[in-house]
Amino acid sequence: MIDRLVLTGQWGIHNLRHFGRAGILFLRILFGSPNLRRGFPLLVQQVYAEGVLSLLIIVVSGLFIGMVLALQGYHTLAKFGASQELGPLVALSVVRELGPVVTAILFAGRAGSAVTAEIGLMKATEQLSSMEMMAVDPVRKVISPRFWGGFISMPLLVIIFNATAIYGAYLVGVKWLGGDAGTFWSNMQSSVEFHGDVLNGILKSIVFGIAVTWIAVFQGYTAVPTSAGIASATTRTVVYGSLAVLGLDFVLTAMMIGEW
Amino acid sequence: MSKNLVEISNMSFQHENGKIVFQDVDIVIPRGKITAIMGPSGTGKTTLLRLIGGQLAPTKGEVKVAGEIIHELSHTRLYQLRKRMGMLFQQGGLFTHMNVYQNVAFPLREHTNLSESMIHSLVLMKLQMVGLRGAAQLMPNELSGGMARRVALARAIALDPDLIMYDEPFTGQDPISMGVLVKLVKTLNQSLNITSIIVSHDVQETMRIADYVYVIVNKKVLGHGTPDAIAKDNSRQMQQFIQGLPDGPVPFDYPATPLVEDFLQGVET
Repeated sequence: MIDRLVLTGQWGIHNLRHFGRAGILFLRILFGSPNLRRGFPLLVQQVYAEGVLSLLIIVVSGLFIGMVLALQGYHTLAKFGASQELGPLVALSVVRELGPVVTAILFAGRAGSAVTAEIGLMKATEQLSSMEMMAVDPVRKVISPRFWGGFISMPLLVIIFNATAIYGAYLVGVKWLGGDAGTFWSNMQSSVEFHGDVLNGILKSIVFGIAVTWIAVFQGYTAVPTSAGIASATTRTVVYGSLAVLGLDFVLTAMMIGEW
Repeated sequence: MSKNLVEISNMSFQHENGKIVFQDVDIVIPRGKITAIMGPSGTGKTTLLRLIGGQLAPTKGEVKVAGEIIHELSHTRLYQLRKRMGMLFQQGGLFTHMNVYQNVAFPLREHTNLSESMIHSLVLMKLQMVGLRGAAQLMPNELSGGMARRVALARAIALDPDLIMYDEPFTGQDPISMGVLVKLVKTLNQSLNITSIIVSHDVQETMRIADYVYVIVNKKVLGHGTPDAIAKDNSRQMQQFIQGLPDGPVPFDYPATPLVEDFLQGVET
């Protein structure tokens, strides 16, 4: 009994310590004095590595999700004679939910895992230590640019995902199934609010971007510097990142709908 | 200015997992000299360098570098002090996304406002010193282990530090580059008056260039003195280490239960 209590206590302390470290790292990233001349090129590099290189998976997923949504939605709506509502159905579900959530989960898998693995390997090969010994703060040089790169990329990727998903739905709903283009677009325009739907979706993506990149850089920075350690840190990034996105999505949706 | 650049007094260090590495260790590193820290592998020699560099903090006692207690310094002061230190890591620690030239230029670009042409000349000079000017455009994955360490040395001396810490500099070097490195360490020390700390278990090479030697065995300083004095030390432990004898008071085996007990215990699940 006592043993169990001790183990629970140890587990609790271990986790609290972990959260504390993550918090300190986050504060150091947020309040570390930026050096624009040296930091900007690093940031651009990371926006490229995390954002531009994720474009393929985001565009292809967006297109197919939009197409499937239109296919499913069209037949269901047609049963009730409401197939003209396909535009609003697709736009609202993509802009409010699917866009930010799916992009964030894909981002955790594509960019988050790469960030964790890269930082973890830099740690394992003494690159971070040697940087410290050269009086260059790795948080400023390695961690911060990766965090801010993800922070900037995420909302942009969501916008691109939304656009391609809606275009995919247009291709299926209008071009293939023969719905009316004018109805599709005008119904969408009249039912999607810029502030309530589009902006809230972007707001979600900003929060998800922070969560996923924070998890990714922290897991990399604290990875056990062995091959198994880096492998499990990468896995944790994807698992924790995806779970955090789903959990946060519920909380944010509840807040935005006004139930809280 | 104090005679000693590094003063470690009454220092103990224990890892987070509870493993004790040092117990009440006293070490002084005199300015402008080459001091060697030797000991069997696993005695925490690299940990000692990390303690001197302020990457770890001792659990007891203090580590003073250039008159300042390094583990009590603020982040900014610590980084200022580190600009005056160079460290050669066991694996080199080269940045894999940069080529050899960019690696050596890195500290210069970070800490100075020198023009590109000046940086170019400095980098080539440092690379020439380690014999790798011709490899300037290679990526770290194209270098052998020994070459990578020589590039790392060029990078460590890029800012002409007051103190250089070498972590196993001679391991994995062929006889020629070993000879060059030994000479280079000596030259750097003599011509630029750089204080050097060499952590190594290559007894012969290290004794040849060191001015003073510390031998660490089993969490404590076993002995210290000039290489001659160490070589003549009659204690069995010291002789065993210097001559590389398998039997003696310094255990070769990692602490374990007796072999018979281990066998009789059977397979544990």
